[in-house]
Amino acid sequence: MSEAISVLAGANTEGFCRVSELGLHGMITVRGDLSNADLAKALCAVAGVDALPEVRKMVGGLEGGIAWMSPDELMVFVPYAQVVDKVDELNSTLAGSHFLAVNVSDARAVFGIDGAGAREVIAKVAPVDMSPEAFTTGDLRRTRIAQVAAAFWMAGDDSFRLICFRSVGDYAFKLLSVSAAKGGEVGYF
Amino acid sequence: MSTRLSKAGRLVDTSKSVAFTFNGKKMQGHAGDTLASALLANDQMMVGRSFKYHRPRGIVASGAEEPNALVNLGSGNTFEPNQRTTTTELFDGLSATSQNHWPSLDFDIGAVNGLFANYLTAGFYYKMFIHPRPLWKYVYEPFIRQSAGLGKAPKDTDGDRYEHFYAYVDVAVIGGGVAGLQAALAAGEAGAKVLLMEQTAHFGGRAPVDGGTIDGIEAETWIAGALARLDEMPNVTVRRRMMGVGVYDHGYLLGYERVKDHAPELDAPRHRLWRIRAKQIVTATGAIERPISFAGNDIPGVMLASAVRDYAVNYGVAVGQKTVVVTNNDDGYRTALKLKELGVDVPAVIDAREDGAGALADAARKAGIRVEPGKAIAKVKGGKRVEGVELCRMQGNGGAVIETIKCDAVAMSGGWSPVVHLWSHCGGKLVWDEVESHFKPDPDRAPTNQEGKPFVITAGSASGPLGLGEVLSDADAAGKKAAEAAGFSAASTPAPVGDARDEKPMQPVWMMPSDAVYNLRMKMWLDYQNDVKVSDVQLAAREGYESVEHTKRYTTLGMATDQGKLSNINGLAILADTLDAEIPQVGTTTFRPPYTPISMGSIGGEARGEIFQPIRHTPIQQWHIDNGAYMEPVGHWRRPYTFPRGSETHEQAVNREITNTRTNVGLLDASTLGKIIVKGPDAAKFLDLMYTNMMSTLKPGKCRYGLMCNENGFLMDDGVVARLDEETFLVHTTSGGAAHTHAHMEEWLQTEWWDMKVYTADVTEQYAQIAVVGPKARKVLEKLGGMDVSKDALKFMEWTQGKLGGFDARIFRISFSGELSYEIAVPASQGRAFWDALMEAGEEHGVMPYGTECLHVMRAEKGFIMIGDETDGTVIPQDLGLNWAISKKKEDFIGKRGQQRTFLASEDRWRLVGLETVDGSVLPDGAYAVVHGHNENGQRTMIGRVTSTYYSPTLGRGIAMGLVKHGPERMGELVEFAKTDGSTVMAKIVDPVWYDKEGEKQNV
Repeated sequence: MSEAISVLAGANTEGFCRVSELGLHGMITVRGDLSNADLAKALCAVAGVDALPEVRKMVGGLEGGIAWMSPDELMVFVPYAQVVDKVDELNSTLAGSHFLAVNVSDARAVFGIDGAGAREVIAKVAPVDMSPEAFTTGDLRRTRIAQVAAAFWMAGDDSFRLICFRSVGDYAFKLLSVSAAKGGEVGYF
Repeated sequence: MSTRLSKAGRLVDTSKSVAFTFNGKKMQGHAGDTLASALLANDQMMVGRSFKYHRPRGIVASGAEEPNALVNLGSGNTFEPNQRTTTTELFDGLSATSQNHWPSLDFDIGAVNGLFANYLTAGFYYKMFIHPRPLWKYVYEPFIRQSAGLGKAPKDTDGDRYEHFYAYVDVAVIGGGVAGLQAALAAGEAGAKVLLMEQTAHFGGRAPVDGGTIDGIEAETWIAGALARLDEMPNVTVRRRMMGVGVYDHGYLLGYERVKDHAPELDAPRHRLWRIRAKQIVTATGAIERPISFAGNDIPGVMLASAVRDYAVNYGVAVGQKTVVVTNNDDGYRTALKLKELGVDVPAVIDAREDGAGALADAARKAGIRVEPGKAIAKVKGGKRVEGVELCRMQGNGGAVIETIKCDAVAMSGGWSPVVHLWSHCGGKLVWDEVESHFKPDPDRAPTNQEGKPFVITAGSASGPLGLGEVLSDADAAGKKAAEAAGFSAASTPAPVGDARDEKPMQPVWMMPSDAVYNLRMKMWLDYQNDVKVSDVQLAAREGYESVEHTKRYTTLGMATDQGKLSNINGLAILADTLDAEIPQVGTTTFRPPYTPISMGSIGGEARGEIFQPIRHTPIQQWHIDNGAYMEPVGHWRRPYTFPRGSETHEQAVNREITNTRTNVGLLDASTLGKIIVKGPDAAKFLDLMYTNMMSTLKPGKCRYGLMCNENGFLMDDGVVARLDEETFLVHTTSGGAAHTHAHMEEWLQTEWWDMKVYTADVTEQYAQIAVVGPKARKVLEKLGGMDVSKDALKFMEWTQGKLGGFDARIFRISFSGELSYEIAVPASQGRAFWDALMEAGEEHGVMPYGTECLHVMRAEKGFIMIGDETDGTVIPQDLGLNWAISKKKEDFIGKRGQQRTFLASEDRWRLVGLETVDGSVLPDGAYAVVHGHNENGQRTMIGRVTSTYYSPTLGRGIAMGLVKHGPERMGELVEFAKTDGSTVMAKIVDPVWYDKEGEKQNV
């Protein structure tokens, strides 16, 4: 098999903070009854986390984690190389119950926004209260950035991860880069 | 003349010189100047001409309310018209040109309009240019367009960048005067998250100019202290150069931050539009002084008294050497006193009130200023500059002039009106204040939020009070109230104590003198920018315009870019007087955002250039670009229309691609096709309802073409459904219809069939999908190897998956071209490599990529319909002869009932047929089939239209599909189609399937 290539092959820009495309990550869209203990157990095992995320939260990270997406939808993160096996694992563990697990790793672009002012970069494009009081590590929003759908979460101090559709990865990258361009520091948070 | 005073202004740094140009003339100002103060310091009083009469116009105000002094600013990619000199901070290298004059500011031909002012009264345009009708388009309109308008439109692309910023606060305070500062302090002390914005570069508003003490210290010292205290509060943000633009529902507020207008050399966004959600909004927007309507009140040199004071104190500029003050209230005296103190001659204070002013008048007399109570200005003398004023009695018609007073400036004060714009934007109501003769916010009828509770509170003189003491106590209460409404407990700290107001009541003066004759009224300007005078409003009232909104539109009062900030109250007072009604009964016009105009750039924000709009790219996009593809928009995608080679025209390229695909093999990037997973025990049942045909009988491993209708029965989308396993289907949609189809499914699942056990997921972008099409397609796949794609192993309308040439592939044997065809999906991240591998493997078989036009022609040769061509939202499957795809066995499906309505079931509907012109030419797209006679609209009677039309290189002639009345019953008949040049072309009705009717080619 030839080498799989992410949408921007790891492009990055340095403004007042760094915007970088983070390559391929395993992502599984899961839909189901999130209160079902069997489902929760299987998902936690696959992602290597202790519990499902609360509403608008992320547990774990890109190499193993679960993001809340809607009342009946989660996004499970696993290493890219393992995603096909992980979907199979879920399908066999949960065989007979009603749920959906589908590999969407290639349908997404993944970005990192890192550095002082990272909050401001997102606050320029997403209708979300990005103040430190309102948005802390593990917080997640599934919303929009400017004109496209996106989800992002705070991975740590001054560090955010963002996913959007692959087809608009180029738009998202340019959008985030111009929002992080030097001279555009707002100094609000 | 206007000059710089010896005492420096408080806002300018006289040690720093700033060079700028006005109409090409080099001038010097100081750091801290506004463009207006710098122009005045250079004795440039006249800065433009008026809209209608092209009268000379000078600077009137010192802030956002300025109606006259608008200029073109910058050049090339920084050019912008209609910039207010009063709110433009001076910077080195600024270049400004005056507007609305021809050929020059000093000599203007349009000023001749002034000679015909008797004819150019209100409604002139409506009365004059209506007859004769044909003259409007060719004579009147071009002429009016040429002479009207303010400023020029920019010609170059804006060279700056802009952005938005989302902020969420408990309390937003608009206005950084003493009221805004105190409101922010009170709310901040309560612990609320506060955002305080001030539209200028300086805090404190009028207080430092007007003087007075707060808590026993000078206002200016108190302001510095307040700012320092705010700075120490971590929960308070203070932004300068940021204007409150508009207040909207649910506590939404727009803030317009001018980041680098004052320093264009900065590498920063020029403007930042703040999109704020505030629990409570405090408008501490102050008040605006009103002009007085006396004859000649528009002559350069006539200025608001407060502005005259501002220029003197803030910028060290005397607008005249001899300044007459005319007032109807005590505040005007402050200007006289301040000028006198600075050594400027004040020949007289003309006070319309018989008994004059109080303590301030005594102070003025003490300072040696002549005070004339009960008097009025009959008329200002001068043309391009004030030369003097004629004094008369206030009570009278102005005929008896007592004396002519020589002067070169007039400072007028007609009283003060609270700035109620932001209060009113979202429904705040006003009450009339009899004492101050102004409209002020009615706190009992505030704008309400989603819970029906007030969310806007006014503070300071924006609430009505004009004295420093009242302003501060009102602002303190407003800040505390806002914090409490936002869920905080306000501290019990007492409000700061400001000086009590010691003034005599003002006296409303709507016209000066009281019974001015017509000749004087014709020279009394209400709206400077739109040239509306007292006589115009009176005429409108006499002609029956009783509603203030109608009068506004008839006279254009308040419709200019300043939105009547100076003219509103004066205008409606004249209207009320003429109608013999009370002012509150006449009411105000509607206040709408923005408070003052904001840049188009800030509204667009970052959405310009490359990121004006998101463009969707397939994983193979770069190959298309590198190989010269000509792109066309398909939804937000850009798909290759064709791949021209060398000097080929697009038409030649398309024909080559068709011929090559029909004889060798072609590749199509079909990644944009929508792909939706539908899974669950009820998935089959659900799809039977979504599609018109039966999907539940489809076997795993098989594919079926399906039609999707909306609830009205109209055809919405189509595509191939593959059953992956017993519970799972993969639904293909059109490229443009993927998101809509997914939303359609989710809507039914979430709102109607919530009990069905079905989940869906959009996996459109998970896969790169490539169609390998043509007689040699199988050979190409066999070359890649790894999967059996033989006729028997993978039959037509089957799918399989495995490793094809090392790629993770799912192969669908489906055909939209009539040829042997495979559509192969691989993970998107392998898409480009897979395309490259196919191109390489296909080289020996003559493989060529093809674009959407080739796809369209090939499907038309086969008579396949295209959503968006054969359908337009009014077409049902039966119109297209697709009855075979409408299940008769199913109890129900979305659209079934709709299709049974009489007009959809009618035999008279236009139905799909093939069309061949008799002469072999290509029918024009969208052409109508016409017959003898005319319909009720006087159009030719129509019996059909062309939906798709192409040149078919395979057949060597034009082919078309169209909807024709009784079409399928009229095979072989000739129909006449109208062309846009008036001629017609005859076409024969034929079967729409031209190519390989038996389907042998796709089934090899």
